[in-house]
Amino acid sequence: MIGNVKVIHPGLFTTIQDKGRVGFSKFGISQSGAMDQKSFKLANALLGNEENCAVIEWVLQPPKLQFTEPAIICLTGANIDACINEKSVRLNHQIQVCKGDILSFNICKNKVYGYVGIKNGFLSEVVFKSRSFFKGITKRECFHKDDLILYKSYTNFEDHFSSISKTVLNTNYDVLHVFLGPEFERLSLSQKELLLGSEFTVSNIRSRMAIQLEENLNNDLPSMLTSPVLPGTIQLTPSGKLMVLMRDCQVTGGYPRVLQLRLEDIDILAQMRTGAKLRFHFLQFT
Amino acid sequence: MRYDLQYKRYAENAILIEWPSEIDEILLQDLLFYKKSIEKYCDEVILEVISSYNSLLILYVSTIEDFYGEVFMLKSLYVTNNSKENKNKLWRLPVCYDKKFAPDLEDFAMSKSLSVEDVIVLHTSPIYTVYFIGFLPGFLYLGGLNDKLILPRKSTPARMVKRGSVALGGNQTGVYPMDSPGGWHVIGNCPLSFFDIKSAVPCFVSPGDKIQFISIEEKEYNEISTSVSKGFFLPDSIAI
Repeated sequence: MIGNVKVIHPGLFTTIQDKGRVGFSKFGISQSGAMDQKSFKLANALLGNEENCAVIEWVLQPPKLQFTEPAIICLTGANIDACINEKSVRLNHQIQVCKGDILSFNICKNKVYGYVGIKNGFLSEVVFKSRSFFKGITKRECFHKDDLILYKSYTNFEDHFSSISKTVLNTNYDVLHVFLGPEFERLSLSQKELLLGSEFTVSNIRSRMAIQLEENLNNDLPSMLTSPVLPGTIQLTPSGKLMVLMRDCQVTGGYPRVLQLRLEDIDILAQMRTGAKLRFHFLQFT
Repeated sequence: MRYDLQYKRYAENAILIEWPSEIDEILLQDLLFYKKSIEKYCDEVILEVISSYNSLLILYVSTIEDFYGEVFMLKSLYVTNNSKENKNKLWRLPVCYDKKFAPDLEDFAMSKSLSVEDVIVLHTSPIYTVYFIGFLPGFLYLGGLNDKLILPRKSTPARMVKRGSVALGGNQTGVYPMDSPGGWHVIGNCPLSFFDIKSAVPCFVSPGDKIQFISIEEKEYNEISTSVSKGFFLPDSIAI
């Protein structure tokens, strides 16, 4: 049986995400994929899904969703009070959903991105091997009121009462681990010291493409030829701001790449709120 | 010609290979030939190789355990391109430079002390080289712009540049494959589709290909536009 999730309230920018679209940069196609890959993987792991099953991602303002058929879902990512038919349910656990049930959330007070995983994944269109929403690639850029999201209904719910270790969920770090970027050596000694020694603040200029940090570093580096970039690449813009590229970033960029975030720290930054403080800790490749 | 290449660790799962910092066609051929060898011999362990003017970024499936061993292996794949084989094409792209499609053409010509006709002639004369695709799906990075058409980008980017817009920015020229914000000066519009999500090869142009812009009238623009939307317009190309 195919079920529908009906979008009663879409939230701020709710999308379908998976691992992303890797292997198509030669056409200029961004990787995209879940902003917090760890929470995305966790949702699928808790449901016993294959690792690339698509999930719903919401940001800051959660959606309100109604299920037309039975399902098993799992909520990961942002810490938030969630309810099925106004009865409180647990995060990071399998949740049984019956025909007509409504999933709603309270206000999101902690972290930024939340995920709704479902047994066997959501069934939106696959474009270039991924269901991740992306403007110009998928038909939709984000969900609107009354949109329908397809899934295969699932009725064999068995509660194993399994829970995961708190240490897996604890990501309240303020230190992000970085490797030196290809243009790091072009910085002056004082710029290098500032970069690796001072505290930075997450600004409100943020999207799925990039997160800008508030502080200013003087930038007198000469312009460079457009070169490849990846999610986690930290660029120094002409105005002296640090711009951390995120999942929806372009495949190439023209600003000096001064640092590169460790893979797992991209997820941590994605979940940091505007105003959060952070420092960079330099890692050497082993 | 062999270049002195730099191999840098970029991320846990990525290695960057850099050529000297220049926009050069011989360099491009060398880079694309090396890219092909890497894709052929490392198929199992890599996700993809991202290319630009003077670098390749190799993205691996998993963390690279032995960077020096991997670089040693990559270096053994770097051989001089002796093949005379050239599968590149020259694409002739129709562009309508009519006022209607060129919101910035008059201002652009004025800032360069040129007539509108001069700008069109200078833009349609060169044969441009496609270096890589980036910025947007299907956006071609071209080399070969006439020095007389170099003008810094707009200080405030336009919130909306129309799909097909042919534009100039700095020492570059290109076509916007889809509606997008953008800071380049729009001087015309090309009715072709540079990005088709329904096709296995979504962009008909490849790095190494050549491009020439052909000035067309509005009537022809509309005809081509109609054919493109019906899906039966094939751009003109010549093997080179």
